[in-house]
Amino acid sequence: MNDLLIIAPILVPLVVLVTSLVMERSGRDPGLISLGGVILVLLAATALVFQVNTGGTLTMEMGGWQPPYGIVIVADLLASMMIWISAFVVMVVMIYGLKGRGKDKYPGATHVLIHGLLLGVCGSFLTGDLFNLYVWFEVMLISSFILMVKEKGVKQLEGGFVYVVLNLAASAMFLCGAGLIYGKIGTLNMADMAVKLGEVDDPAFVNTTGALLFIAFASKAALFPFYFWLPTSYHRASPAISALFAGLLTKVGVYALLRMFSLVFTDANGFSSAIILYVSMATMVIGVLGAVAQYHVRRLLAFHIISQIGYMVAGIAIGTPLAIAAVIFYTLHHIAVKTCLFLVGGVLEMRSGTPDIRKHGGFYQSDPMLAVCFLIPALSLGGIPPLSGFWAKLNLLQAGVENQEWLFLFIGLAVGILTLFSMVKIWNESFWKEAPEGGFERQSLWPGKPYLGMILLCALTLTFSFAGKFVFELSEKAAATLHDPSSYIEAVLGGDRQ
Amino acid sequence: MITVLSILVGVLFTGATFCLLRRSLMRLLIGIMLMGHGVNLLLLATSAPISREVAILDKNGTPLENAADPLPQALILTAIVIGFGLSVFTLVLARACYLRNGHDDVREYGKEEVR
Repeated sequence: MNDLLIIAPILVPLVVLVTSLVMERSGRDPGLISLGGVILVLLAATALVFQVNTGGTLTMEMGGWQPPYGIVIVADLLASMMIWISAFVVMVVMIYGLKGRGKDKYPGATHVLIHGLLLGVCGSFLTGDLFNLYVWFEVMLISSFILMVKEKGVKQLEGGFVYVVLNLAASAMFLCGAGLIYGKIGTLNMADMAVKLGEVDDPAFVNTTGALLFIAFASKAALFPFYFWLPTSYHRASPAISALFAGLLTKVGVYALLRMFSLVFTDANGFSSAIILYVSMATMVIGVLGAVAQYHVRRLLAFHIISQIGYMVAGIAIGTPLAIAAVIFYTLHHIAVKTCLFLVGGVLEMRSGTPDIRKHGGFYQSDPMLAVCFLIPALSLGGIPPLSGFWAKLNLLQAGVENQEWLFLFIGLAVGILTLFSMVKIWNESFWKEAPEGGFERQSLWPGKPYLGMILLCALTLTFSFAGKFVFELSEKAAATLHDPSSYIEAVLGGDRQ
Repeated sequence: MITVLSILVGVLFTGATFCLLRRSLMRLLIGIMLMGHGVNLLLLATSAPISREVAILDKNGTPLENAADPLPQALILTAIVIGFGLSVFTLVLARACYLRNGHDDVREYGKEEVR
């Protein structure tokens, strides 16, 4: 039963992917099967969170090969929670409606690709093997490449090309790092690596491979100075797809950083992590400054992803249990909030016919529901109490105070103010300003229920805000496992290796 | 052998970096492919039995001297297959960009209609 539960987030998207491919080819609409599959993953993830929360980390050996020789799938609390929120976001995006403005010759194929993406994301969260992580990353990337350029607008193709080339270069770095580790210590199993790397007394080796993997994951997570692909590509995809990317893809990079740099490349194993903190602080500042200068609604939001990723990675660099718990809570909160903002941005663009917020106006009057769906996540992102962003930032900054990282504290607060400023900018321009001369024609949106999607995410944000204690306690529990990796190592390798 | 491989990996990475810093679509593609080959050779170099215990035992249980570790070769095969698929996709994408724009200069790709 447990085995079935662990493998479900990988198996279900795979089955749905194949089924919807067949249905698409024979001219039927795979929409319902696709939505049903995602809901099944969501239910399995809910069960997984409860199971892991009560019974501890679950593992499964692929094909019965004993770790560290075979590939092992590990569901700890962090992985389970990430799968849960990923499935939730995919479900919401499907409800919102997948069709964009451009012409799309194969609308059914979007479902195939989204399940490919979900497969890659869930696989990356669950795997306990470094090379296997590379493979799941590629599964996720190839699906996202095609989703990005699917409508074949010229700007989409150009942005897609930038995205593809920079991500392929990052994948090459990843493979180099994985290869060098195997060459030195002869294992790819993460838990085994954590044990064996501690026995290697070779700081040059540990730091080079660590840096290669850091560059790879930092590119996926869009950290400074590897973020250039993100504000060139995300806002050019169709609204639902860019919301999906904004919610999930960079956070898989953050997850990989969290996993590798709390389990394998730790200070105890001889990796000097000080640089991560400085890189993340630069990311926070650059991202928010980019956002302040923008007038393209979804591009502005894309710059915010970068700045928020900076907060999360700064928490990883601080590395105390409180900081790690805050990072996990921050990631969950950010996925919900960011996806919702991108969904609102998509509706704004569709209703007004332009992404330029200077030409928007009057949406508070003409569409109050949309205004509420913008205001809740926007204030949460800016860190206004009692919304979820406030709790996330509060805990993160408190971890900074406890570790006496004063520069981080100062930057964190200043960037918070600028974040709020740029959210207020969208609010003023799109919602509060008088509508331009003649107003907008009431354009019909795409098929789907965009408002239901946004309301679901707002509800999730409010849950994170008002049931914050429950979620934060789960995050603390997950962080305790990460901070003291012995239970993870024991779950994967068995007690005798300790 | 390991010396030759190291030099070759270095050369491939140098070439790849040079190509990736150009502005032409075709050069970028070549750069990505060269980098893929460089990484594959690097993986191959790690299968040499220099830094670890031996990988293969014969049927009496005694270690086979000088036997290469087969696992990196399996990794390379996986990487080649993935790299091939991605190269083909990137080629198609580059062709579509070229046909739409009529030139292969990527300088304008980051330019926005709304600033």
